[in-house]
Amino acid sequence: MSLPTLHLLKGAHLLLLTLLLVSGGVAVAEGPSVPKALKGEQCVESVPNMRRNHMEYLKHHRVETMRYGVRTETYSLKKCLDCHVAPKAQNAAATDMHDTNSQHFCNNCHSYAGVKLDCFDCHAAQPDGQ
Amino acid sequence: MKTTYTQIENGKGFWSLLLLLAGMIAVGLAATFYMEHNGHWVTGMDNQIVWGMPHVFAIFLIVAASGALNVASIGSVFGRKMYKPLAPLSALLAVALLVGGLAVLVLDLGRPDRLAVAMTTFNFKSIFTWNVILYNGFLLIVGIYLWTMLEKRMNKHKDQVGIVAFVWRLVLTTGTGSIFGWLVARQAYDAAILAPMFVVMSFSFGLAFYLLVLLATYQLTGREVGDYVLNRLKSLLGVFVASVLYFVMVYHFTNLYAAEHTGIEHFILLNGGIFTLLFWLVQIIIGSLVPLALIYAPQFRQNRSALTAAAILVLLGGLAQVYVILIGGQAYPLINFPGYEVSSTFADGIVNSYVPTLAEFLLGFMGVAITLIMVAVAIAALRILPSSLADKVMDPHALVAAQAKK
Amino acid sequence: MMNRPDDNQTTANTSELPLLDRRAFLKGGAAVATFTLAPGIILYTTAEARNIDERATDKVRWAMLIDSTLCEQGCSECVTACQDENGWGSNEIKSRPSQQAQWIRKVELKNSETGMLHSLPMMCQHCANPPCVDVCPTTASFKRADGIVLVDRHLCIGCRFCMMACPYKARSFVHETLTNQKSNAPRGKGCVEACTLCVHKLDAGDGTTACAQACSKGAILVGDLKDQNSELAKRVSKYATTQIRADLGLNTGVRYQGI
Repeated sequence: MSLPTLHLLKGAHLLLLTLLLVSGGVAVAEGPSVPKALKGEQCVESVPNMRRNHMEYLKHHRVETMRYGVRTETYSLKKCLDCHVAPKAQNAAATDMHDTNSQHFCNNCHSYAGVKLDCFDCHAAQPDGQ
Repeated sequence: MKTTYTQIENGKGFWSLLLLLAGMIAVGLAATFYMEHNGHWVTGMDNQIVWGMPHVFAIFLIVAASGALNVASIGSVFGRKMYKPLAPLSALLAVALLVGGLAVLVLDLGRPDRLAVAMTTFNFKSIFTWNVILYNGFLLIVGIYLWTMLEKRMNKHKDQVGIVAFVWRLVLTTGTGSIFGWLVARQAYDAAILAPMFVVMSFSFGLAFYLLVLLATYQLTGREVGDYVLNRLKSLLGVFVASVLYFVMVYHFTNLYAAEHTGIEHFILLNGGIFTLLFWLVQIIIGSLVPLALIYAPQFRQNRSALTAAAILVLLGGLAQVYVILIGGQAYPLINFPGYEVSSTFADGIVNSYVPTLAEFLLGFMGVAITLIMVAVAIAALRILPSSLADKVMDPHALVAAQAKK
Repeated sequence: MMNRPDDNQTTANTSELPLLDRRAFLKGGAAVATFTLAPGIILYTTAEARNIDERATDKVRWAMLIDSTLCEQGCSECVTACQDENGWGSNEIKSRPSQQAQWIRKVELKNSETGMLHSLPMMCQHCANPPCVDVCPTTASFKRADGIVLVDRHLCIGCRFCMMACPYKARSFVHETLTNQKSNAPRGKGCVEACTLCVHKLDAGDGTTACAQACSKGAILVGDLKDQNSELAKRVSKYATTQIRADLGLNTGVRYQGI
């Protein structure tokens, strides 16, 4: 498959997911019960943008950090967790990986969408500290 | 002389065989799931013996794969008439052995789910990368070769494709041997001779596999294979087994001469426990000297049981050889501080032990089963096997005599 | 790949040229303390600092100098510190001891003839020509521009060829599912891992590693081999140092003194 087609398909898939997410009661399925962010009022990008593109931001950033040592925080996974997931000391249950009721921001929605997430096979699933 | 190829009958025996092989594959997949789900802690492998029984099987099958193609190459590249009817099975077996070996290799990865990464992200300095390309290319080229043999309109191209396949297979086994030959770190490896040694090993293992498959299928399907064909293949096997012995000797003598390598040599040849036993008893005596006797002793001339036994023993010896190279090479400690006795929490300075678990064996057997099921299905579906390899159709002298009678 | 001649074995001779080069490099915004000792002579002190949005460059080569004469037999302060910093050593519950990861280990040496004893820590030697990087089929094993050899777990397929290739047994394979990783040190089942030279600390401008900080004998020194003013470069140019298995020509970033 060519790259544009792939992107198109990915786009369509995401659009569908976004529709499901925003339409809530109107659509057939009820949206996921994604936990609210613990810190801050505004994400690093607009919510629709993040819903659609978070994986691209993360992937770009992962290459810059892993292979070139760039340590900016804006699009780092660590920063996501800092705002969206409680530290282990506060909420040990937040790491639950396979539950649509998970209190882990990422896992909750990914479980709902049925998209396998293997970030936390290696990355800490919760921020360090209290 | 016109050879007719026919599919084998798929009677009750055939289906029972398929069922048995499918069962082995199912068990192997279950073992894989068990190992991958839990992680490698359930295996005998650890941070010292990082490649274990699955790799022994995988490398054994991959090496045999390229060798199984030899029978076809002798017909196409070296123009020997007798070998031409034997070629389709040779190409089929080569593909099947490679697929079996690769399946085992891939299913032992720490992250088999990332196979796509291995197929898309290449480091061209890595001999592994080249092997990925060589293996895929081999499947493609030998697949085309098989097609040129089976499809009448393509027949005229088969010798050219056969030459490409022959060159490719030599490069491929060189690549497999270089996985070890280029490992500068370890005492047992880091030797250019490993590459040609693997090539010669492939000749021997591949032909032994071929002989066994040929004998078994012709026996089971009631087809005739004459002494003319078998004697040719038999003396070829003898030459190959002897050649492997020669390479093994050169490898060990060279190492023995260099003071820095006497440690590993003493380990393998004298005091390495299981490795010494496997080397002398299984690889050298049972796997090389006994087969040579069975092949060349006049008492066993025209004796098919002796030939079958010889081929089985060659494979057994080959498996032991790969085990000694692979596991023995890892068991012997790395030497970072010559002249010092070394100790640490990470097994520095000590001989590492390895006890393979059942699951690892089952994964290995699955590779063999995949090979055999591919061969069985293909010879039932496609016209790969000559209806007869009896002397009266294969032996030029018998043909001349028959002609004269008319 | 280019085989760089030994990066910095030359004497730290303060010539004009490298200083100018470094000045150009440092313009990137790093906080640089400068002291004017005399007209025309300027001493730059914090060569390590790099802005967090800048990529690592090959103007730096991170290295380590271990003085085995200071290293105490049986002491494992460096090992414990590494475990605490990077979160290994306690969360592999199911693995046998031989399967558990060890990023750094203490090695005890005894000369077979003379009985002379040495003790030293072993870890990834951060080679300039790393065999693990050469053999890795997917480029998961790689060397960063500043000489740190790392495993990119996003690409690691767990083939363990790098473990076969490493002359130092510096790498470990994770044999089971892990939880409770440190934020700074991701690690997980099915991938290979090793000492990262505390890359997260170096990137943060700490200029040192957890093991070096923990060693109460001061046996471990971290620094920039290419910075002629660094303590490490000065010592490497002054004293005889050893690379383990120097015969392999790997040009290790970890050097030893006293063996």
